[in-house]
This record gives sequence, C-alpha cells and structure tokens, in this order.
Amino acid sequence: MTSPAAISPAEPALGGKTLLEVRGVSKQFGENVVLKSLTLDIAAGEFLTLLGESGSGKTTLLRLVAGFEQPSSGEIWMDGVRLDNVPAHKRRVNTVFQHYALFPHLSVRDNVAYGLRVKNTPKDEIGGRVEEALQMVKMAGFAEARPGRLSGGQQQRVALARALVNRPQLLLLDEPLSALDANLRKEMQSELKALQREVGITFLFVTHDQEEAMALSDRIALLRDGSLEQIAPPREIYARPATAYTAQFIGQTNLLRGNAHAGTTTCGALVWQSSAADGAVLYSLRPEAIQLAVDASHTAPTVRFRGAIRQQIYGGASELLEIDCGAAQILRARIPARGPLSGEHEFAFAVTDAIRVSE
Amino acid sequence: MTSQMTSANAKSRALILTTYAAFVFAFIYLPIVVLIAYSFNRDGVGGFPPRHFTMDWYRQLFADNAIWDAVLNSLIVAAASVVLALTLGLLAALALDRASFPGKALFRRLVLLPLILPGIITGLSLLMFAVFIGLPLSLLTVFLGHGTALISVATTELFAGLQKMDRAQEEASLDLGATPWQTFWRITLPNLKLSLIAAGLLIFTLSMDEIAVTFFLIGRDNTLPLEIWGRLRRGITPEINAISTLIFAVSVALIVIWYRVRTRGLGAEPQDLLERP
Amino acid sequence: MYSRAYKSIVSLPPLLWVGLFLLLPYALMFAHSFWLVRDGFLVHQWNLQNYQKLATNPLYVEVLLRTMRIAASVTFLSLLLGYPLAYYLSFHAGARKELLYQLVIVPLWVSYLVRGYAWKTILGSDGVLNGFLQFFHITHAPVGFLLYSPFAVVVMLTHIYTPFVFLPIYAALEHIPRPLVEASQDLGASQRDTFLRVILPLSMPGLLAGATFAFVLSLGDFLAPLLVGGPSGTMIANIVQSLFGAAYDWPLGAAVSVCILVITVTLLFLTERLEKRWSFK
Repeated sequence: MTSPAAISPAEPALGGKTLLEVRGVSKQFGENVVLKSLTLDIAAGEFLTLLGESGSGKTTLLRLVAGFEQPSSGEIWMDGVRLDNVPAHKRRVNTVFQHYALFPHLSVRDNVAYGLRVKNTPKDEIGGRVEEALQMVKMAGFAEARPGRLSGGQQQRVALARALVNRPQLLLLDEPLSALDANLRKEMQSELKALQREVGITFLFVTHDQEEAMALSDRIALLRDGSLEQIAPPREIYARPATAYTAQFIGQTNLLRGNAHAGTTTCGALVWQSSAADGAVLYSLRPEAIQLAVDASHTAPTVRFRGAIRQQIYGGASELLEIDCGAAQILRARIPARGPLSGEHEFAFAVTDAIRVSE
Repeated sequence: MTSQMTSANAKSRALILTTYAAFVFAFIYLPIVVLIAYSFNRDGVGGFPPRHFTMDWYRQLFADNAIWDAVLNSLIVAAASVVLALTLGLLAALALDRASFPGKALFRRLVLLPLILPGIITGLSLLMFAVFIGLPLSLLTVFLGHGTALISVATTELFAGLQKMDRAQEEASLDLGATPWQTFWRITLPNLKLSLIAAGLLIFTLSMDEIAVTFFLIGRDNTLPLEIWGRLRRGITPEINAISTLIFAVSVALIVIWYRVRTRGLGAEPQDLLERP
Repeated sequence: MYSRAYKSIVSLPPLLWVGLFLLLPYALMFAHSFWLVRDGFLVHQWNLQNYQKLATNPLYVEVLLRTMRIAASVTFLSLLLGYPLAYYLSFHAGARKELLYQLVIVPLWVSYLVRGYAWKTILGSDGVLNGFLQFFHITHAPVGFLLYSPFAVVVMLTHIYTPFVFLPIYAALEHIPRPLVEASQDLGASQRDTFLRVILPLSMPGLLAGATFAFVLSLGDFLAPLLVGGPSGTMIANIVQSLFGAAYDWPLGAAVSVCILVITVTLLFLTERLEKRWSFK
C-alpha cells in the first residue's frame, strides 16, 4: 500500500491552473516541530480546506501563507513567483481572522475601506468598491455602525467584506465560523460556499470540524501532526480513506484487523474471500454499510455474521447498533429506524464496502 | 448554632467593620478638611474652633507673584515631562512587549526602579550625574529628573494597554496591505489612546507634586512644591492653607477625570501600577 | 511579525536614555561611595573608609534602627487601617463600591506636601488637635509629644501610605472569585475560618506588595522628618541630605545611600520571591 502522501497533490479539483505551491515547508518553534516538510498545491478558484485536530499544524500553515511567520525550511510559491520572502503587507493574500479582528475605533465602512486606503486607491473608486463588498455580504445597511455593536455573525460578514474588497488572489479563512452558534454556523456555511462560487476567488479554509469541511470543500487536506495525511475531494476521502486515521477522523467507522491467507481474509468473526496478499490486514467499514441480513441484497458478494445487540441508540431517521460478535469484537452498524431490537441477529455487508487502509 | 444566631453575629460583625471603615475614611479625610476649613479662618491656623470666615488669605495668595511664577515653572516642567515620559515610555513598552534583546530583564527592572526607590536616591544620583557632566542646576535638570523617573509610570500603563490589545488587529492591518509604519499610526496608537491619556494625566499630577527628586536638582527657579516648602521653613501662614486648598481642588478634578478615562476601557487597573514588574 | 528595524527603533532610544540617565547616575553614586573628601575637595581615591565609618559610628546605626522602627510602624499601621478598608469595600460595599473606591484614591494624588502640612498644623502645640482637646476640656495644657517627634512622623506617613497599601490589597481581594467564598461556606466554614483559610492567603501577594511599598518609601523619606519630626525624629535619609548639604561629604552620603539602596533592593527581592510562592495562579 503506497503512503498517503504519495497521492498526487497536483490534482486540482477543478482542473484549473495551480495558484499556490507549498514545497517541502517545515516550521518549528524552538524544540517543537509543527510542520514537517509539507508539500501541497492549491488550484486557482478552488475551495480547499485544511482539516485537522488542534496541533496538527493547519493554522501554522495558514499563517505562513499569510506572512505572519516564516518557514524554517522549504518554499512557498504563488502564481509562479516566490512568496515566502515577501513581507505580509505586500502579498496579494487576505485573511479572515478567527475572532474577526475588526478595528473597534473605525466604522464598518472605514474597516472595509482600510485596505484600499492604505494602498492609496483613488477616492472615487473606494466608495463604489466598499458598497459592492458590503452588498455581497448583505451588510449594506450597516456602513456607519461600529463593530462593537454588531452580533458575531454580522462581524463575520464585515470581516469577509473587508478582506474581499481588496480582490486578493487567495483568501485565507482561519476557523471563521467556530465562534458562531450551531444554527448560525450552518447558515453561514451555505452563504460562504455560494459566495466563493460567485466571486471565483481561491479559498484556503481552516477548520477542525470535519462535517464543515465536507460540506464546503472542493478538496480536503487532512493534516496530522504536521504532515499531510490525505488530500482528496470530500466524497473520495470519505469513501476511500487511505489510512485508519483518516477513516476515523472523517465520519465514523469500524476498524477491522485481521489476517489474509491463501485468498481468505479473516477479521475476528468476519471471513470473506479476497485477493489480498498474505499477511496482516486492516480494513475500514462504515457503520451504514452494515445491514440486517434480512435487508441485504443477494446479488453482490456479501459477508454475513451473527452478533448480539448490546446497545441501540435511537437517532430519529436511523439507529446506531452496537453489535457484540464475540471474542471482544464490537461492531457499530447504522440502520434505518425500525423499532426496538434485541438479542442475536444476522448481519451482512458488501465485500466492496470494506476499504483496505494503512495504519 | 441556629441560623438566627449566626445571622445576628454576622450583622454585628458587619456593623463593626462598617464603623471601622468609616473611621479609616475619616482618618484619611479629616486633615484635609481641617486644612480647607482653616484657609477661611481669619485668626489663622491653630486653635479650635475656627471662628471668623474670611477670604483674605485667598486674596493675599492671588497677589503673591512668587507663587504664580512657581506655578508657571511647575506647569512647564510637568508638560515637558509628560511629553518625554510618554514618548520614551511608549517605546519602552513596545520594546518590552515585542522585542527580545540581551539585557532585557535588567532593562525592565531599571526602567521601573524609580517607581519603588525612595526619591532621594534617584535625586542624588542625578545630581551627581549633573555635576559630573558639568550641567548647572536649573529647571532643565528638574525636567530631566522628572521625565526620567516618570518613564516608569508611562511604561507600566502602556505595557498593560498593549497586553489588552487584540494582537490580531495589527496582523489584520498588515494583511490588508498597510506597512508596519502605517499600522502603528492607524491601529496601534488609536488602540492605546486611553492608556496614553491616563498615563499623561498621572505623570502630569506626579510631576506637579514632586519634591524628593526636585529637592536636589533645583536651581534658582522654584517649582510650586519647592516654593511652598521654602515658606514652610520660615513659618506657617494660612496663605499656605489657601494654596493647599486650591491644589487639592485641582488634584481632585484631575484624578476624577483620570479615573473615568481609565475605567472606560483599555488600560491597566489603577492597582496595577503598584504591581511588580 | 516585527522586523529587525522595528525592534531596533523601539528598543534603542529608551535603552540609551535609561542607560545614560538612570544606570550611569546610579553607578556614579555607587562609585562615589568609595571615594573621599579631603580638605573640602573630592578625591577619586578608591577606599572603604566610608563604610567603615558607617559600621563603627553608633550615631548612624542608631538613626538607621530608628528609621527602620518608624518604617515598620508605618507599615503595620497602614496595613491595620488599609486591609479592613479594602475588605469592607470588596465584600460589603455593594453598589457603592465604585464611588467609595474613587474616594479612597483621591487623597493619594493630593500633594504629599499638602497632607504633611495639614498634620503640621494639626499636631502642633497651638495646633488644631490641641485646641480641640482643650476646647472640650479633655486636656488643660498642650500635649507636647504630638509634634516634632517620631510619633508625628509615623502618623503623617501612615496617613500618606494607607491608600497606597489599600490599592494592591483591594485588587487582590477583587480577584478572588466569589464562588470560592461560597464554596467555603457551603463546606461548613464559619466567616472567620473562611477569612483565615481562603481570603487572607489569596490576598497575600497584594498585602506583600503594599507593605513593601510602604516600608521602602518610608525608609527613604526625608521630608516628613523635616516637616514634623524635629531633632528626635531624624531619619537616615536626613543624614544623607545633610551630607550632601551643609556637612559636605558626598562620598559618605553616597555610602549611606548605597546602604539604603541595598536594604531596599534586598527587601524587594525577598518579597518578590515570597509573592511568587504565595500567588496561586
């Protein structure tokens, strides 16, 4: 099994040209190595999400691209030109900060106009562009307000407008929705996605929330301890995780450990025919892939097993079953809601749903 | 113990505490009240009770040119000290907040030393320095003394203001294309506005009242406190009560403004000034 | 985030100024303490005579001890007055807390001289206090020791430093999360126990800071003795002052100053250590 990092990073999802190249970038703070020789490319116009736990290095990478930190080694190139030796204020990159960082002593209008003013944009041009930006984020009526009087969601929009009005080549978003409550978050997610489609600017988005990543991104780059674990479009990364870590981080999964020998794979109570070479094997099996045997199809090759239902967690449209297969093997299955179950049942899943992963 | 008993105990204890607090307040304020009262007393200072109301002492005060010359001198020195202390204090605060350099810990202590050392030590050291470089004693040496000693006040206040500032704002400014210089003037300084005003007021007040350091650096022109001091050596007159009352009134006004500015937002808590570096 | 140029621009001017106008003067004073005055002229001859004089002459030792006694009394009394006041404001004042706080700090910034002068007029033989006592027939003759005595110095300095001591104690008390006090009561501790076991320990850093401030500044005070101390109330800083004045002997004066400086810095160092140990952050 090839290492996940070998998945070519230069596969821009939209097939466009490459805008940003991160080449072997490492970053350490004192003894602490936060990024380890990271390489990835971002295509022009794409919505790429850096996903990972805290400490994975995603925010550090963002700050390197913004220019607030310098790489310890490696290079960053944008649009064919070296970027990492350009000071932050000269880069055609703008940032939406996690806590917005709006200037409290300036009005909304002055906040948005700030970037234009410091670069001596002609006065008559500023007015129009500011209006346009505010309209885009639906904050046109708030031009004279002070940031202190705005709600979190409103501040967030102003922060967006302030960044976008400068027409950057790349927009960086540092967990911008994490400070919002759940409902507002979902609303802003769809607005953000629509906005990105509309303006066509490349977005580099940082989050630790995998659902958010899957909802918004053209591609997800999963970071783990400073290295790139896997980079792929959401559907691919979900359906074909390369490693156990990826499989567990994005969505839920059952990890099946076992052995392959002479064409037969055995993972605890589960046995099936496969073409795997002899040796230890590890598979990822999503809970929704497991069904009650009575519901399973009879056409595709399936694996059947028996187990006792230990717990049943009702979730409205579906239920999560905890199945005890004996010999300390517990599997989780997600089935459509069908009333309380108990005792032993037979279950099944399609062989093709078991995805081989590396550690 | 029933809850009724504990409640009665608690109440009597609270009463004792309140009375004690009132006593402490009285101790703090009575001398000043007495001072003010006797500034209007025809028979001068001393004796009890004050009997005859008069404004004579104030009239005498307003005709006293020497005093007003001293007031002017004090104002000049105070204003100049504010400018010097705020400028260097701001730079020092920025340096402590953002730069690392050899001897930073020593620098931090040194800057704050005049705040905690008795004034006589700082005053004498500067006197020796002035003699050493052949600088004659005058309002200039007084100004150098005040300005240098009060950098500590400015640094403390502005450092606290910097710490409370949202660092991301400066990053946002750079991110949007402003140069570091532009960022300093458009973002950093406005954010420190309240701290600067509070520090400025405090430095002004402390300079106007400064005696210990001034004592050793004064030339021929007197500052107000030294002028009053000179007269005190010659004897007590109620005219001094009058000027003291005026000083009190102005101080109160200034400090109320200072407090309002302080608690309006960014800046150190008043108590922080006494906190360790 | 900050370029080399930026960091240089902000560090160099204050460094240079402080080096020139603070470090150098303090160093000069230190150097002077090792020099001599001969026939009325300053001689740059390195020696330890000044320190020997200080150690052997009983006058200096006596005055130093008196000064430390006065400073200790001032500190103790200021704490006695300031702590309960801070406690009252923090825990009992309720809505009036803000106003009362302002009332406490106002006298702080009223001229030292004004307040000293006030006591001078109050404590004298013909002063207000004696007048008051005689008016109400509590005494029949002026009470002498009130003015021009160590007593007067202690009273005046306590008056000056009580608000100073109040400030950090109040800050420390305000920082104590109220849920801690409630938890203590919930667990059955009486008010007295809660104070001794929870509030007092947590307010220690503030108490130490205030006490240090009061002690150190009282130690080096020379104005109060001149105003209200009289001959019996002379403090160590007055000796320094006269050595730089009429009794022209700068090196000896510098030596005494260095002693004051050493005592001060040692105290600051010790209390800083203590504060760190007792600060439960």
